[in-house]
Amino acid sequence: MTETSPRDLFPGALEMMILESLRRQPAHGYALVQHIQQRSNNLLQVEEGSLYPALQRLLKAKLVKAEWSISSTNRRVRTYQITASGLRHLEQQISSFERMFEGIALVLNPGKSPAS
Amino acid sequence: MNWIPTIFHRRRLFDDLSEEMQLHIEERVEHLQREGLTQKEAERQARIAFGNLALVEERSRAVWQWPRMATVWADVRFAHRQLRRSPGFTVAAVLTLALAIGANAVVFSVMNAFILRPLNVPDAQSLYSLQHGDAPDGSLSYPDYLDLRDRNRSFNGLIAYNFASAVLDTGNNPSSVWIQEASGNYFDALGLHPYLGHFFHASDEHGPNSAPYIVLTYEFWHTHFQDDAGVLGRVVLLNKHPFTILGVAPQEFHGTLLFFNPGFFVPLVEDPLLVGDDMNARGTRWLFQTMGHLKPGVTPEQAAADLDSIGAYLQKTYPKDEGKMTFVLRRPSLYGDYLGRPLKAFMAGLMLLTGLILLAACANLGSLFAARAADRSKEVALRLALGSSRKRILRGLFTEATMISLAGGAVGLLGSIVLLRALSAWQPIPNYPIHLAVNPDAKVYAAAVLLALVSGLLFGAVPVRQVLRTNPYEVVKAGSGRIAGKRMNAREVLLVAQIAICAVLVTSSLVAIRGLIRSLHDHFGFDIENITLAETDLSMAGYSADRVPAMQKRMIDAMKALPGVESVGLADSLPLTVNGSGDSIVFTDNTSDLRPSNAATDAAMFHISPEYFHAAGTTLLSGRAFTWQDDKSSPQVAVVNKEFARKVFGSADSAIGHFYKMKDGTRVQVVGIAEDGKYNSLTEDPVTVMYLPILQSPSTSTMLVVRARPGLDNGQLQTATAMRNALRKLDTGLQVSIEARDRTLTAVLFGPRIATISLGVLGVMGAMLSITGIFGMAAYSVSKRLKELGIRVALGAQRKEVLQAALGRAFKLLAIGSGVGLVLGLLATKVLAFIVYQATPRDPLVLAGVVLAMAALGLLATWIPAQRALSVNPLVLLREE
Repeated sequence: MTETSPRDLFPGALEMMILESLRRQPAHGYALVQHIQQRSNNLLQVEEGSLYPALQRLLKAKLVKAEWSISSTNRRVRTYQITASGLRHLEQQISSFERMFEGIALVLNPGKSPAS
Repeated sequence: MNWIPTIFHRRRLFDDLSEEMQLHIEERVEHLQREGLTQKEAERQARIAFGNLALVEERSRAVWQWPRMATVWADVRFAHRQLRRSPGFTVAAVLTLALAIGANAVVFSVMNAFILRPLNVPDAQSLYSLQHGDAPDGSLSYPDYLDLRDRNRSFNGLIAYNFASAVLDTGNNPSSVWIQEASGNYFDALGLHPYLGHFFHASDEHGPNSAPYIVLTYEFWHTHFQDDAGVLGRVVLLNKHPFTILGVAPQEFHGTLLFFNPGFFVPLVEDPLLVGDDMNARGTRWLFQTMGHLKPGVTPEQAAADLDSIGAYLQKTYPKDEGKMTFVLRRPSLYGDYLGRPLKAFMAGLMLLTGLILLAACANLGSLFAARAADRSKEVALRLALGSSRKRILRGLFTEATMISLAGGAVGLLGSIVLLRALSAWQPIPNYPIHLAVNPDAKVYAAAVLLALVSGLLFGAVPVRQVLRTNPYEVVKAGSGRIAGKRMNAREVLLVAQIAICAVLVTSSLVAIRGLIRSLHDHFGFDIENITLAETDLSMAGYSADRVPAMQKRMIDAMKALPGVESVGLADSLPLTVNGSGDSIVFTDNTSDLRPSNAATDAAMFHISPEYFHAAGTTLLSGRAFTWQDDKSSPQVAVVNKEFARKVFGSADSAIGHFYKMKDGTRVQVVGIAEDGKYNSLTEDPVTVMYLPILQSPSTSTMLVVRARPGLDNGQLQTATAMRNALRKLDTGLQVSIEARDRTLTAVLFGPRIATISLGVLGVMGAMLSITGIFGMAAYSVSKRLKELGIRVALGAQRKEVLQAALGRAFKLLAIGSGVGLVLGLLATKVLAFIVYQATPRDPLVLAGVVLAMAALGLLATWIPAQRALSVNPLVLLREE
């Protein structure tokens, strides 16, 4: 499945952000979009719809689970919750992402040595 | 096994997803409205923010889909819906393909059965049959066979066999059966093992009539002895002589001549008793075929050289009996080259024609798909505009093509199976155990499906370029009103090619049918009307040679006494029957060195009674017929045909009263000249023939030619019944087959008939394909230009002009295609002339027939589109815009 949204930063980035949001608190799709856009200071212009294929992938991999419920604003919503394996996955993803980011930073700023 | 529950839960998963997304958008709308947007504007913004809903949903669903199968299944369902929406296109495409696949499957199966499939013996690949280098047959005399068998160093045992019919009496109801007389080593050299009991062996043979044994074929054992194992050791009567049943041959073994299934096998050494051939005469070639397994490492060429050296030795040792003797080796399947080669040529021709059918069908499919794609260009553009990928659309297109291919292939294959079953059950020549085992096998199925897929996909691909180049904005904006230019496009070229191919098929089938009809009304050198034949062999009823002439005379007299009978002749064999005639080499009177290479001609030989010429309707050109005084005590005389006289004596006039010499040096005086005729086949070159008095060389083989007085109602039937009764009164043990003369031509006409039927069928198929092709083209061009036609009608165009505009092009293409096809077809029929007697392309009736047929097809095919064009109502059309 190579079907990632064209505005994804890189494969898996959206999933990572979703998992991170859900770690803080369970949420439904609309809330997730709001959350990600606010936290990124609207720098990440994600098409709202592109969230859903990512959510389905996470559901299928059992990294999150979903339940229908009634929200505080009295709406019928499908709330997603991160699972134990979702947490483990997120940890791995973040650490590998950090290493990658470090590597990219080194290449882009060759003057700075990692030691300093 | 994760996917098993997902399959059942998928529906719920998808429902959840849809609802969730819907709610998402609603929440966004509410949010935007709270920010002060109008409902309408809020909805718009929400949708923009969300992105392409359908696409998102599809991608989300794709996560759950069982990777390939589910998408394929979805495509199949979609294609199914699409095809159901255009039943006309679907039916036309499927039928077109079914016709082509069916025709090819039938021809391929027949070819598979005739040519590709070896005999049912172990190690069939190394089995070769002997064939004379200078004659298209494999007959040998018994002494020659023994020499070849014992002196060669190339074969693991050389076997020989002959066919005969005999009367089997198992205690009740004697009946006539076809048997195979086989050399003692037959089963052992072929490597066969009995299904039951045991076979006879070479060690059982001790000279003539020393091995009265029978080995049944499985089929005969099954049908005549009801699978009774107790039949072993039983003694039965064969032509009234006792024979012991030894065993049953393997189930799938039907003897060594393809399609000719004998009832059982008897040792060849029993022939003198059953049939009466001479086992010691070196010059009489009566063994039907000889074959054997080559030793490992020996090539057919080496083996032939080995046999040639034996042949040279025999010629040197027996110069009086043997001519030049050379051999070639052939696959035994259908009697080597003798039947095999013309058959192969015919099958190759048929394969070519069915290949053409396939081509025509493909051209047809191509234009159908192209027209459909053009019709759907708007839909494709719309789907592209809505965010569908080109890949997706192409996949849909190919799914449709594949479905049509498979459906067409399946329908075609089913049809062909029905046809082949019928063909296999059919016994083409009465009284002969010929079964065309042409049931399709896995090879045929595979070939048909492959053909269907390849042709379907290839021509389903025609519109690909169109899809790839579609610019959605242009098409949606402009509609699809492009009008074809002056130049022919690919679709029209395809149509012309298809029509040309169909015209070729129509032409060749008309030529063949004309040829056959003409050959049926030809004069063969004897009459057909009012003549009934009775055929028997007195040896089967136990008559010894000395009792034969008297019995035959009694038979003639009995026939003559029947009411309504005009005259009766008797002969040992008749022209244009399956058995054919004997033949013998003859010499001019002044030849003293009677070796075969000095022979004047090899003449067909008929032994006849005095009244034969009158009864058979063969005209005596000059001289006299025989009398009952032409017997053994009087000088040898002969009536020869014109061709014989010309070849041996130089001219017909100089033959009467002169002498020629038989093989043994006997001088024979020519007393009469008979007209030429056809003797073995309708397409043969002129044959030299001598008629000899039956009393001077008696034969047990008896064929009565009974001519009824013309003008009798139901005469044939009454004569046949009366004849049977009269002959039974003479001897109740006589096995007689009675048939009208024209019926006996069945066998001779078998080939041409089959050829004509096949060509006729192909011609009809070609015609049907051109109808669908032209119809498709015409219907398409009318529907494309309906608007234009409407405007023309509104501006006052006449019916003629409308028709001209709508269908002129279709007719032009038809004319070009037919012209090309006619020329090609006439060239192709030159090939036909080899099979179908008098198949000549230079026949005004055929030419006119083809032109008429194609014109009629064109009219038929354009009828509906023409009606549609004429009924154009400009008001309705213009209002629709």
